[in-house]
Amino acid sequence: MTSITHTTSVPKRSLFDHIENLLPKIVLAPTLVAGLVFVYGFILWTAVLSFTKSRLLPKYEFVGLYQYLKLFTNDRWWVASKNLLIFGSLFVVICILLGLLLAILLDQRIRIEGAIRTIYLYPMALSFIVTGTAWKWILNPSLGFERLIRQLGFENFSFDWLVNSDMSIYTVVIAGVWQSSGFVMALFLAGLRGIDDTIIKAAQVDGASLPRIYWRIIIPSLRPVFFSAVIILSHIAIKSFDLVMVLTRGGPGYSSDLPATFMYAFAFTRSRLAFGAASAMVMFGAVMAVIIPYLYSELRVKRNE
Amino acid sequence: MNSPFFKTTAILFFLVFMVSPCAFSGEVEVLHWWTSGGEAKSVSVLKDLLEKEGHTWQDMAVAGGAGANAMTVLKSRAVSGNPPTAAQVKGPQIQQWGDEGVLTNLDDVAMAANWDKLLPSVVADVMKYKGHYVAVPVNVHKINWMWVNPEVFKKSGAKIPTTWAEFETAAKKIKAAGFIPVGWGGQNWQEATVWESIVLGVGGAAFYRKALIDADPDALGSATMVKCFDTLRMVLGYIDKDAPGRDWNLATSMVIQGKAGMQFMGDWAKGEFKAAGKNFGTDYIAMPVPETSSGYLFNVDSFIMFNVKDAGAKEAQKAMARLIMEPKFQEVFNVNKGSIPCRLGMSRNPFDFPAIYSFDTFEATAAAGTLLPSMAHEMAVYPAIRGAMFDVVTSFCNSSMSSQKAAKNLATEVKSAI
Repeated sequence: MTSITHTTSVPKRSLFDHIENLLPKIVLAPTLVAGLVFVYGFILWTAVLSFTKSRLLPKYEFVGLYQYLKLFTNDRWWVASKNLLIFGSLFVVICILLGLLLAILLDQRIRIEGAIRTIYLYPMALSFIVTGTAWKWILNPSLGFERLIRQLGFENFSFDWLVNSDMSIYTVVIAGVWQSSGFVMALFLAGLRGIDDTIIKAAQVDGASLPRIYWRIIIPSLRPVFFSAVIILSHIAIKSFDLVMVLTRGGPGYSSDLPATFMYAFAFTRSRLAFGAASAMVMFGAVMAVIIPYLYSELRVKRNE
Repeated sequence: MNSPFFKTTAILFFLVFMVSPCAFSGEVEVLHWWTSGGEAKSVSVLKDLLEKEGHTWQDMAVAGGAGANAMTVLKSRAVSGNPPTAAQVKGPQIQQWGDEGVLTNLDDVAMAANWDKLLPSVVADVMKYKGHYVAVPVNVHKINWMWVNPEVFKKSGAKIPTTWAEFETAAKKIKAAGFIPVGWGGQNWQEATVWESIVLGVGGAAFYRKALIDADPDALGSATMVKCFDTLRMVLGYIDKDAPGRDWNLATSMVIQGKAGMQFMGDWAKGEFKAAGKNFGTDYIAMPVPETSSGYLFNVDSFIMFNVKDAGAKEAQKAMARLIMEPKFQEVFNVNKGSIPCRLGMSRNPFDFPAIYSFDTFEATAAAGTLLPSMAHEMAVYPAIRGAMFDVVTSFCNSSMSSQKAAKNLATEVKSAI
């Protein structure tokens, strides 16, 4: 059938139709090419480099899985991966819980809601560099919080996570959550405002309690918002680099290193380009392993509805 | 396509994009990361000298990351086939750039001025790739210094230490008197700076050479190395708990303010004392790190010179290499920067006391064979190996790892980084 319409329509087409037909393609072509080259092309290049012996500059002497084997025997890599797991899961979960709670509280038609909303959303306007610097001072035992509490008379108070190898990664979580939970709150608030009032009223008529309405009706209907929030937060978590660089510099030692800072250190400051590329590919694989099933399940649900 | 318009545009484009870099003959483009006050002033000395000879200087200063940013720029320019005339690159990285085949041969300049005689051979070796000069040394920093606040020692009734045993007794007294014995900056390069001084002191010059220059896994995992880590652990008992992440100059200011008794840091710490208006001898004292008075760990900054095609640029490049090694630049630059000239036999008049002491030990250790390149400051091993050493040392400093385990890790990590 398509071939029939095709043959009949071609002679009738004017130049204008052609242009009209081609214009979107022409307009989109540069973006597409740029995307192909700078995203997928470079992913491919990184993949190629990860199988080479490159040190200072790219060199195409292939050595198979050599760099990956070294990576998996590197202590620091495992510290970085474990940290990403801790940071990523805590950051996403706490941001969503806190964001949802704030949104629900704000949704109770309170006074000066606009002002409060702005206050919570404001950290999002800062860059992670600013957040990191501020929290570095707040969490520094001899400058910030610990000192303040001690000056208030609690001499034995101790809060030294920033300088404690076992706890330093949690300070990154604190700063990250402070920055991003307001944004998640705004997402949920928009979602809450979009829920049809009549459903809630119907539930109230049926005698459902308020927590029950939230638990059974409102929160489930926010599913698309959860979806966006998880995607946005997890990509912030995985790419986070600046926050760690400023807040802890990966320290004490390398106890709060993340894969992104690991990759930077090895590829750029230590002239182990191929090794860094291998770590980047493992990161890429891990992201795909999380994101693809999630995207797949979420998008399939939508189609079935 | 043959319209006059097309031709003119083509020619214009050609002129603008192709010819202009070569049009001004005698231009050097210099990539460096000396951007802070005193450093920038020091670099401009070289610029003035070159301009006096009729060459032009195009500054390409890339700040930040202790040179890491500049190196990224340099790599991308080299990959795209458009390297600058000269770039601030030091230590074994000179060999890596030599392997890429992009460096130019400076033997004629070196021969004419007799660099082989002017430089200690251990410094000259760093500047050479396969026996040919490819880089020019600018300055020498001494790493194994201990900066002391004598006031704190006096108040605590402690004696300024020259051995690690004396250090321990002194540190105990200082701690008991309510001061922090050591102003410590918990960043990996600072930890490695102290560690390498300890390795030089406890292990001796021959051991240092084997472990931190040849990166011999047997030496790295040896009982001597365990002893070095034991000493480091002892020192770590005398730092404050807020040290992780602290910048070196903040640690210096702890000594300046009399909160801490001493700091182990290279000779650039002097600048902080001077800026605070302190007098050498009364307000602060500089000593070699305990047990290292017969050794000298050096950090030499240098410029590598790239292959350039343009004849004018080539000439300017040679002039730059020649001028850097001439006494005038060596003197003015190093007085400004607080380092000492790498050229032997220069007048000491314009320098202050710590620098003169540094002069003396530089020449004495060069003769005795105990003038050694600093590992922490990128002079001794490739960046990959240095990074592996840093990882082990910093994780030792920030955990309760045993000295035995640290030495064992050191050997395996370095082996895997080679």
